[in-house]
Amino acid sequence: MGALARGPWLLPLVFGALALLSLVLTPFLVYLLTVILARGLVVLGLLILWRTGLMSFGQALYFGVGAYAVGLAEKYWGLRDAFALLALALAASAAMALVLGWLLRQYRDIYFAMLSLAFSMILYGTLVKSRVLGSTDGFTVPAPHFLGWAPGPALAMHALLLLTVAAASLGSFLAARYLASPMGHLTTAIRDNEIRVEYLGYPVRRAIHVKYVFAAMLAGAGGALVALAVGHIDPDMTYWTTSGEFVFITILAGPGSVLAPFLGAAIFEAVRTYATAYAPYSWQMVLGICLLLLILFLPRGVWSLFGARRRAAP
Amino acid sequence: MLTAAAILVDGLDYAAWLFIVAVGLTLIYGVMKVVNVAHGGLYSMGAYAAAWAVGLYFDRGLAPAGSFLVLALASVAVGGVVGLALERGLLRLFYGRDDILIVLVTYAAFLILENLVLQIWGVEAYPAYQPATLLGTMTIAGLPFSTYELALVPLAAAIGAALIWILARTRIGKLVRAVIHDREMASSFGIDVGRVYTVTFVVGAVLGAFGGAVTAPIISVAPGIGVEVIVLAFAVVVIGGLGSVAGTIVGALLVGLARAAAVHLLPQVELFAIYAVMSLVLVLRPQGLFAPARQRRI
Repeated sequence: MGALARGPWLLPLVFGALALLSLVLTPFLVYLLTVILARGLVVLGLLILWRTGLMSFGQALYFGVGAYAVGLAEKYWGLRDAFALLALALAASAAMALVLGWLLRQYRDIYFAMLSLAFSMILYGTLVKSRVLGSTDGFTVPAPHFLGWAPGPALAMHALLLLTVAAASLGSFLAARYLASPMGHLTTAIRDNEIRVEYLGYPVRRAIHVKYVFAAMLAGAGGALVALAVGHIDPDMTYWTTSGEFVFITILAGPGSVLAPFLGAAIFEAVRTYATAYAPYSWQMVLGICLLLLILFLPRGVWSLFGARRRAAP
Repeated sequence: MLTAAAILVDGLDYAAWLFIVAVGLTLIYGVMKVVNVAHGGLYSMGAYAAAWAVGLYFDRGLAPAGSFLVLALASVAVGGVVGLALERGLLRLFYGRDDILIVLVTYAAFLILENLVLQIWGVEAYPAYQPATLLGTMTIAGLPFSTYELALVPLAAAIGAALIWILARTRIGKLVRAVIHDREMASSFGIDVGRVYTVTFVVGAVLGAFGGAVTAPIISVAPGIGVEVIVLAFAVVVIGGLGSVAGTIVGALLVGLARAAAVHLLPQVELFAIYAVMSLVLVLRPQGLFAPARQRRI
């Protein structure tokens, strides 16, 4: 929200700069930036849920649905077009969220977290034991085509990054618009006092259902893009630790802006990439300590560092 | 018939193990309303400490029967120290904050404990099979079963009975129930809520570490064991109703029998069956099977 309310120029500026930047990056950084933005999309969905006080410990479900929609469509249908694959992932995650949403929209607090966890673990349990779906090893995802254009691997990564930048900017634009809409404004009201919102005549459960499907579609798109960027999918994408990472990044980023998830994802991936390289047996410890310090000293996330400065100079 | 017996005995075994592993989680939630993700870390610390201590014990060539005592003592020591440090040093800072934030604090503690285990004990697997092989096997309905695993059933029953008795009948139990019922009211009657929290958390932590210790002889103690267990323990506890010891018994039995049935009849659905049961229970009874009714506050 903040990003649009305070400066409508911020969104195109950030993502335009990223698109330009992608032209000069090394292959590894192209890959890393793609993964960061794709995972940022998942976190953006969690942020929208968190604004209502809901935290899903199973968002990896939709991340996995998106990734497996892409992987299975390539493997069994020979579908290679990135746009079609992305659309398929969006449709699959939306359909699943629409169905599960009927149940989950009745749940709050820890029960919402636990039921989403249970659903994601059902998917994990199915994937691990099913040979058709790749079992524990998963399978490889070949590089995509773009509207009939089939570039080589390096060029395909660049194209995929541009697609991811576009998806991330569209996702955050829509999220900002959504949060500024009447349906989005209900978000905070429901968190503050759900029963009063009900008495005012607003459809609380429907508002949560809409939000849940939106968050799931963002996660599905993120999963699809990560699958294409990494070139491999496996059941760990749906395990609870993956969900935990997304929740971690949400807290790290803070609820301040629709751009915060991408910043959070960037910090997380940077820490993880370099910490696993230099301290393979203590990087989780580093992450854990960071998380504790954040919750203690920056309860509104890294993004609040920017907000505070702006508020200080009105 | 043979399969039915196998399902029943395996299911009971597994249920007993699940109960021992999960009951600390439910105790902590019941009293403190903290969903303790660090439970998985305590489990792996307990397993490592026990495996390491048992290894040392057998290297000395002491009487084999004493190894059971070593298992128990190692887990109590580790669970006590780590539990006390977590509650006093960490959780205390976050009481009164959002429930979800406290979950994340324990998640952070879990990440730290996972790496602490690697720092202390390294990345190799620790075998500690001696206590399990010591007891040999038993034949039930013509099938051999590990006596050690069967012995978990009375052990779990004893732990459950002791907890229920302490909570229902003793003075300490009354204090704890007063805190569960209304923390502020209990505090205004002069109950030291902070101390009740500390004691509860340490007991829960010791139970978590003990769960790891009794598991050490039947698995290969290797990095990552806590990650799998914590989510299983959640399933058990949520099915029974967060915070209910009796509910945890029922949750453990349901999950244990469901898994045993899946393993013997249709192995592909093993994990699926467990979480399907969890989802089904949550869908039908959102608060779990045994959770007390709660008023809706406006």
